[in-house]
Amino acid sequence: MGADWYYSIGSSSEVIRCAVRNPLYPAIAIGVGIVVLLGYFLQIELLVNVRIIFLEWATILIGVALLIGVINLFIVHLNKAISDHPSRYNSIALLVGLILTLLVVGWFKPTHAVSVWIFKYIQIPIESSLVALLSIVLIYSGVRLLRRKPNLLTIIFLATAVVILLVSGPLFGIEIPGLAALRIWIGKVPAVAGARGILLGISLGIIAAGLRILMGADRPYGEN
Amino acid sequence: MNSLNILGFFVVLIFFGLMIAVAILIRQKEAPKLREIAAFKRLGRAIGLAVEAGSRLHVSLGRGQMLSRQSAIGFVGLSILDRIGRSTSISDRPPIATSGEGTLGILTQDSQRVTAKYLGVESDPTRGRITGVTPYSYAAGTLSFIEEEEIGANLLIGSFGNEVALITDAAERKEGMTLGGTDNLAGQAVLFAAAQEPLIGEESYAGGAYLGAGRMHIASLYVQDIVRWVLIGIILLGALLKLFGVL
Repeated sequence: MGADWYYSIGSSSEVIRCAVRNPLYPAIAIGVGIVVLLGYFLQIELLVNVRIIFLEWATILIGVALLIGVINLFIVHLNKAISDHPSRYNSIALLVGLILTLLVVGWFKPTHAVSVWIFKYIQIPIESSLVALLSIVLIYSGVRLLRRKPNLLTIIFLATAVVILLVSGPLFGIEIPGLAALRIWIGKVPAVAGARGILLGISLGIIAAGLRILMGADRPYGEN
Repeated sequence: MNSLNILGFFVVLIFFGLMIAVAILIRQKEAPKLREIAAFKRLGRAIGLAVEAGSRLHVSLGRGQMLSRQSAIGFVGLSILDRIGRSTSISDRPPIATSGEGTLGILTQDSQRVTAKYLGVESDPTRGRITGVTPYSYAAGTLSFIEEEEIGANLLIGSFGNEVALITDAAERKEGMTLGGTDNLAGQAVLFAAAQEPLIGEESYAGGAYLGAGRMHIASLYVQDIVRWVLIGIILLGALLKLFGVL
């Protein structure tokens, strides 16, 4: 992707390279984008059918990209494993795990009991332990936030989190009067209002980002 | 074709028209002034410091799927990566990017290749890495990477969930600056607590305009503000009409 065309100005001792934008990639991106957008809004049979075909192609490309991503991960860790990098043992562990999983899943198929065993007894427990670690990290982050930005907004943020946590689980059989009602009110009024405001902003941001790509003002596909 | 589709289509058309109009107006005026966002101000300083100190900048692009609405924030992250790559051209340690999705990984490498070509330096494909394809494997891969590299600042612009706290924690331990923005509500709450400079809501999409990515980026910010005020007006009008029993 992104093959730039260059032309030279000046004598051989002083050459200025000027990039000439290749119009092919933006043309494809803009054309496909417009067809998909129109196919989404206007239910014209031809547009809808072409949109579906484009989305199917995109799905296949995403699958191929995932494969390339795994190869990239493999190469990065292979380079690290054969170097004298201090963390090369982590990379070796990753490579062994990756190869074993590929062999097992490739041989037995993904839905076989052995493949499911790897997922159930290795991947899920490891990720669960990271979730447990996350709860500690979040508490620590809350304390750090209070130290970094000791203002009213921070206090409201942390107090809300504490109220939600207190009502979310049993508190040794103790019931603080009014706390459950406060939690319901927070969930129904300020939390929903704030979330809607943020989502509105995000939606506008998404529309703007999408239109910039459709206009060719933003070219995340490398050609620039 | 239902009425909601037609309404949506017209909103997009109006947005598009306004962007073109504002971009033309900006062209005629000089240096448009943008609302100050502390995070981007600090990012500018962090880029300068990283170049001086010879440390790297890390851009984490999250796990936004290309066929979902999450792709938009991923594209914004790519745009920021491109701008930062060009801003740090005099540094001997170019920025490095991590992602948790195959397509984003390829686009990351491609963006860095084009930036390297523009600067006339050699491109290294390992500077754009996919560190994991599930939320926690991505976080684990990225935090181990932050531990190993000398990183001056971390920019987390992409689709993240709760797992982003693990990444920011690793960055804090290495005393690096963290700036984070995501399209995920839970991720935003976590970033508000965990990142030094959190970006809220549409601020996450404004990076290009603040890093000088072009007139259309600035125009889109102005249009977002205009449309936001129109929507606020409609919501308030609707609430008033409801209050007085008209609706």
